[in-house]
Amino acid sequence: MNILYRVFIDPFMQMGQAPDLLVQTLWEGLVAGVLYALIALGFVLIFKASGVFNFAQGIMVVFAALTLVGLHALLRKWGVSSGMVAAYLALAITIVVMFALAWCIERAILRPLVNQPDIILFMATFGLTYFLVGLGELVFGGEPKSMITEDLGLPRGAIEIKMLGGFVSLQKIDIAAAVIASVMVTSLALFFQKTRIGRALRAVADSHKAALSVGISLEQVWVVVWFAAGIVALTTGIMWGARSSVSFALEIVAFKALPVLVLGGLTSIPGAIVGGLIIGIGEKLGEFYWGPLLGSGIEAWFAYLIALIFLLVRPQGLFGERIIERI
Amino acid sequence: MTLATTTSSPAAIAAGDTILSVSNIEVVYDHVILVLKGVSLDVPRGGIVALLGANGAGKTTTLKAISNLLHAERGEVTKGSILFEGEEVHSRSPNDLVRRGCIQVMEGRHCFGHLTIEENLLTGAFTRRDGKAAIKRDMDLVYTYFPRLQERRNSQAGYTSGGEQQMCAIGRALMSRPKMILLDEPSMGLAPQLVEEIFEIVASLNAKEGVSFLLAEQNTYMALKHARYGYVLENGRVVLDGPAQGLLENEDVKEFYLGIAEGKRKSFREGKHYKRRKRWLA
Repeated sequence: MNILYRVFIDPFMQMGQAPDLLVQTLWEGLVAGVLYALIALGFVLIFKASGVFNFAQGIMVVFAALTLVGLHALLRKWGVSSGMVAAYLALAITIVVMFALAWCIERAILRPLVNQPDIILFMATFGLTYFLVGLGELVFGGEPKSMITEDLGLPRGAIEIKMLGGFVSLQKIDIAAAVIASVMVTSLALFFQKTRIGRALRAVADSHKAALSVGISLEQVWVVVWFAAGIVALTTGIMWGARSSVSFALEIVAFKALPVLVLGGLTSIPGAIVGGLIIGIGEKLGEFYWGPLLGSGIEAWFAYLIALIFLLVRPQGLFGERIIERI
Repeated sequence: MTLATTTSSPAAIAAGDTILSVSNIEVVYDHVILVLKGVSLDVPRGGIVALLGANGAGKTTTLKAISNLLHAERGEVTKGSILFEGEEVHSRSPNDLVRRGCIQVMEGRHCFGHLTIEENLLTGAFTRRDGKAAIKRDMDLVYTYFPRLQERRNSQAGYTSGGEQQMCAIGRALMSRPKMILLDEPSMGLAPQLVEEIFEIVASLNAKEGVSFLLAEQNTYMALKHARYGYVLENGRVVLDGPAQGLLENEDVKEFYLGIAEGKRKSFREGKHYKRRKRWLA
């Protein structure tokens, strides 16, 4: 009876007793969720447009962040005195690098492998992953670096809000992350809905062959979509990098996107967002209220547990169009 | 009425202006499966040409060879040449061909199910660079030919009927301002009344907009009624060709594609006899 009490009643009583702590936990979950959603968005974009489950999305996050930090350091060394100018110059160059990367991927991987079975493309993204790991280490070195948060003009510190008989502390960088992520998702959605390329992109997602037959250039669409995924990766890299540091360990964070995808469906942008929020919030609540029961450390695997339960109940995800048979 | 069994159609040569000329092409899938064994045909500018034949005869493959969609299915033209407006299509991408005015409407329609009808039509204008106003004008033109599409412009194409999807597919092709449409099996899965309607629209597009059509059809009667010239494909070869009227009156065509012969149906057993003759024709 004791264990049942501790699992089903005690955590909820704690929530009721200290609502400020609950709000704090929810907020942290929300922020983590937004960032998971961003990574998942990168996967969804590429999967929708090219039918490839892009294993390299995680390393693209690392690669983008490393490029940004590395270029910043280089520019400072070459005598750009203002940190701010160097940071934005580095950001611009990184965006160009991500575009070049998308172009190279289309040329070297997607085009030669067009119409090969999905598993071959999937394996090719493995190859891409290790290539990027190698390239990143070769150029920027393997040691962790710190994100150039201040030079980019991202806020630091926290806001304390007095509420519910206690304090809730919001990290300013988290607020910035949430805002930037929302702007990004909104602009992507608008891009998809309103522009000629966006329409072509949705057409390709619907049917490659039909898109080809009406003269849509798959090459162009692929470059655009991998570039968009690269920009999403860069944003994710900056935000996660600001919370911890920029290192290859960040790639692990990308695997947190897998349960998000299971939850939201591999083909749905709203699914990626809602899935990300559910995973983020579920994870923090689980860690804080149920974690002590198992001696904590729940956070590392709780998301996968949620995903597993979802897989049993709704294998196509919350918003998915079809069962993910391509992994 | 004499039926030509030669490789190029006298009608096209007489007209002098051939928009599409396919000569003696061979198509191989996956490097081993030989599907077309020397197909030749001509489409005169402003003409409607029917490509007839049973399932698996090679009609779709011929169209895909022309529009270069074959490459996406691991097929390859290994012999012969395809000239669209006098230029070899072999090295051009489907995207480039559409821009040059040759577009295929695929069998089974293949509308973009999650896009609305209007968005579907707009995807057809992907290759165009002549601005929004011109595209809007053409959209209105498509709506005058297919008023039903205008009614359903904001519905997702996946939720419209088969006939509406076929109209959407043809309308989408029109949005690219084509000189020639390769129309694959437009009658598939449609009620006879709708088939009639669609063929009539094709005929009026041909007459008023000057679009040439190469029409692959199993519905032999409908195709020959609207086409001016026809080719019959069997087993990857052209076994018969001639003006549409002549084909409609041809005994073999009547018997095996129209199901009428000397006033009464024949038993299938007599098909053997035809098969021998077919070998001779090829």
